[in-house]
Formats: sequence, C-alpha cells, structure tokens
Amino acid sequence: MEIFQAITNMTAVGLAQHMVNGISLGSLYALIAIGYTMVYGILLMINFAHADIVMMACYFALFGITTFHIPWYLTFVLTIALTALLGVTIERAAYRPLRDAPKNSVLISAIGASFLLENLATYVFTGRPLHFPDIPFLSSMISVGGVQIQAICLFIPIVTVVCLTVLLHIVNHTKTGMAMRAVSKDYEIARVMGVNIDNIISITFAIGSSLAAIGAIMWGIRYPGITPYLGVMPGLKCFIAAVIGGIGNIKGAVIGGFILGLGEILIVAFFPQFSGYRDAFAFLMLIWILFYKPTGLLGEKTTEKV
Amino acid sequence: MLKVRDLVVAYGGIEALKGISLDVPDGKIVTLIGANGAGKSTLLRSIIGLVKAKSGSVEYNGDKLTGLNSQQIVSKGLTLVPEGRRVFPNLTVLENLRIGAYMRKDEDGITADIKRIYEIFPRLEERNWQMAGTLSGGEQQMLALGRALMSRPKLMMMDEPSLGLAPLVIKEIFNIIRSINENGTTVLLVEQNANMALKVAHHAYVLETGRIMMEGSGKELLENEEIKEAYLGKKKK
Repeated sequence: MEIFQAITNMTAVGLAQHMVNGISLGSLYALIAIGYTMVYGILLMINFAHADIVMMACYFALFGITTFHIPWYLTFVLTIALTALLGVTIERAAYRPLRDAPKNSVLISAIGASFLLENLATYVFTGRPLHFPDIPFLSSMISVGGVQIQAICLFIPIVTVVCLTVLLHIVNHTKTGMAMRAVSKDYEIARVMGVNIDNIISITFAIGSSLAAIGAIMWGIRYPGITPYLGVMPGLKCFIAAVIGGIGNIKGAVIGGFILGLGEILIVAFFPQFSGYRDAFAFLMLIWILFYKPTGLLGEKTTEKV
Repeated sequence: MLKVRDLVVAYGGIEALKGISLDVPDGKIVTLIGANGAGKSTLLRSIIGLVKAKSGSVEYNGDKLTGLNSQQIVSKGLTLVPEGRRVFPNLTVLENLRIGAYMRKDEDGITADIKRIYEIFPRLEERNWQMAGTLSGGEQQMLALGRALMSRPKLMMMDEPSLGLAPLVIKEIFNIIRSINENGTTVLLVEQNANMALKVAHHAYVLETGRIMMEGSGKELLENEEIKEAYLGKKKK
C-alpha cells in the first residue's frame, strides 16, 4: 500500500523526471554490460579490467578536450579508438599468454590488469576528482514539457539503441559475427573451420571497449566528477546486469542494464528513506536471480545431443 | 598423399600415440579401427593441429604439417569431421555450412556448393533456418559432413561418423562417404564400427594402445581371424 501512496503523492512531472534519469542510467549500464557479456561469451572469463577501461575512456576524453584542445566531437572519436586499442592491448598482454592456462589464472590476471589501471591512473592523473568539460548543448539543462533534464539524457537512450542495432547486425549477419558465435560455442572446431581465434577475440575486445568508451563519454557528461575509481561500482553493477540478463547474451545484458538502472533510480524516488541503500539494489537482484533463475532471464540451458 | 612417420603424442607425460606411421594415398579410403583409448581420435586431432606432437612428423603432398596451426593445415586442403559431430548448435544449418567455407572467398562457388550439399542431403535444406542444435543425431552427422565438404577438402578425416546412430542411418552415412570418395576426395576414416568401416576401406590399419598392430586391405582384415574375434564380434571356430 505504501507504494501506491508514494506513487500518488508524486506528480506526473516528478515521475517523468525519474523515468528519464532511470532510462539514461539504464542505457549507460547496458552499454557497459555488453562488454562483460561478450567477453564472457567467448573466453568464459570475467574481464575485471572492463570497469577500468570505462574510467580510462573518461580520462582520454577529458584530457583530449582540456589539455590538448581537440574539438569535442573529434575527441570523442579519438577516445573510442584509443579505448578499443587499450582493450585489445590488455587482452594481448594479460589474457592471451594464459590461453591454455586454467580459467582461474586468467581471472587473477584480469584482477591484476584492473589494479594496474586504477593505480596507474591514480599515479598519473592523481586521485583528485577532475571535472569533465562541459560539452556545448549536451551538458546544458533543457526543459521538456516542464521536466528539467540535461540534454544528454535525450541522446543516451538513442545512442544506446543505435549501438545495439549495429552490434546485433554485426553479430547475427556478418561473417565475423558468425565466427564469434561459433567460437563462443566450440573454439576448437571453429579453429578446424579455419577461423583465426586470436583475431576474433581481439575484435570482441575492440567492440566491447568501443561501447564502453561511448558509455564512458556520456557518463562523463552526465556525472562530471572523474576519479581513478569511478569505474568500480558501475562495473560491478554492469557485470550483475549481464548475469541477470543471462551471461553471454547481448540482449540479456541490455535488459539487465535497464532493470538495474531503472530499479535503482525508482527505489530512491519512491522510498527516499532507502536512498542510502541504492547500491544494494543490484546485489539483491543478483541474489534473487541466482536463486530463481541462475542462467539469467535470457540465458539458455545447455542441451547436448550425444 | 598423407604420410605420418613415428608420430608420438603425449598428454602430460602419458603417451597416447607411441610412434605411429601410416600412409593415406590420394583418392583412397583408409580406415583406422581400434578400441576405446587406442589413440584414434588423438591421431586425427594431431594431424589437424589441435594437439601438438611430441616427436615424429606429418607430411601432406610433401609439405610438413607438424608445427603448423589448424588454420594453415586446413588451408592445405585437410578437414576433420569431429567425433560427436560438434555442429555449432547456436548457428543455423545454413550458417554451419557457410562457416565450413570460412576460408574461401569465391561467393559464387560457395552458393553452388551449398546447393550441391542440399541435393545430397535434402533433409538439411528443409531445416535451412533451424538452429543446428535442434536437429536429430543423424541430421547433425549429415550437417557435419556437409560442413566439412564446404571447404572443398582434398583429404577428409572422419572420427566415428556412425557413433550413436541407428543402423539405417549408418548405412546411409557410409554410402555418402563412399560417394564423397568417388568424387575424388581422399578419406581417412576412424571407426569402432569395424565391420562397416572395413567394407568401404581400400586399406586399413588396426590401432591398439597407441601402436599400429596390423595393416592390410579392408578385405584382408575382414577375413583375419584375430580381427574377427576382437573387433567383429565373431567367435573363432
């Protein structure tokens, strides 16, 4: 009953405001969660460094604009390219040499890569929060039907949908995408078909990191305080989003991202007294899904014919 | 011609192949029979580059294959129909065929070959858009054969294509193997179903715990008393 009271107490404008916030946060989670789920789908490992790739992308964009005075749109393109390169480099340096090692070794290497990036960023950029530069129009507040929102919030869901459409096209309708799906199920036989596994894995990291960069740029505009540890909490939540959706499933990761983003914002909106627990929501969802549907919402049960 | 010489493959100190030598002449069907754990699959996996040899050599038409990766070996015209079929369950039937042609660039040739394979296996064409994981065992075996053919192999290696299939389907599969061979593809066939395998074979080897124990024409081995007792389930008189 409390919830109905809370809803009726809220004006339409207020609800719209929260929905906009929830949808844009959900979109950002979705973009980052895709990176986790794609890497897991192919390498069966959690790329802990993914969260820090997001953080590095924020710094790339920030310094591109403030220190190097590159126009913001060019900076964004460069940021995406640099971040993709960073993702591919981490895979080459930290994961590829362990290709035939036990899964745990790769996981530990991923934690190492994550710590390295965080500490490197702290050392080079200092731990002081830096302010993400204001982007013309995108950073400004606008009024849509009485709802005050930051202009970027209108673009975040659109960009996410476009990215997702392009990605699904690549995965489902190109030769490379076909090879990615094949590698994710049976890399040995994919190899026998003549697929170069290392190339496919590099492409996967490049795509995941590019999406993380796009998410990071919009994250920076939306939440402009940039620190070396900014990726940690969103990273955890995005990994949870991927698990909720069914790890390895791209659409699942997006759905999971939206559930977490919307849920987190709406809980705070309806129950302000619980706002201190907003981060706990993701973990409660994780426990719940692991109890009732461990394969995730869109996760598939593995069937094998002998 | 495929030449295997003194091939030794070890898994963590245990030798699965203890020095194998065999020849697969062009245009022939060569069969390798043997019990579980004899090293049959290991031999095929090692030829295609999935496991590294400890010593010995594999040569195909004078090119050394040992030390190359699977991609390089496949590009020389070899292919493997793996044990348990291992079609990609999350790819459609058509995609499974297309990935078989992954290294080819001739789009027209690929389309023509898909058509040809659908003529050999009309059941696959009916299931064109179905995920391969939803096919029956026999259909999956046909798809695995079709997928291997899509690379236009000169030498096709098959690992237990009869495994887990009904007798009628097995017969059909062996007929297809024969016709693949008649169309000019060399076949190296590994089987536990010794009776069927020896009947189609031009030449056969018997593998026991990592060593070749016997060789001869398919017919010779079919009539050999020891083989009859050990692999064909017929008592000595």
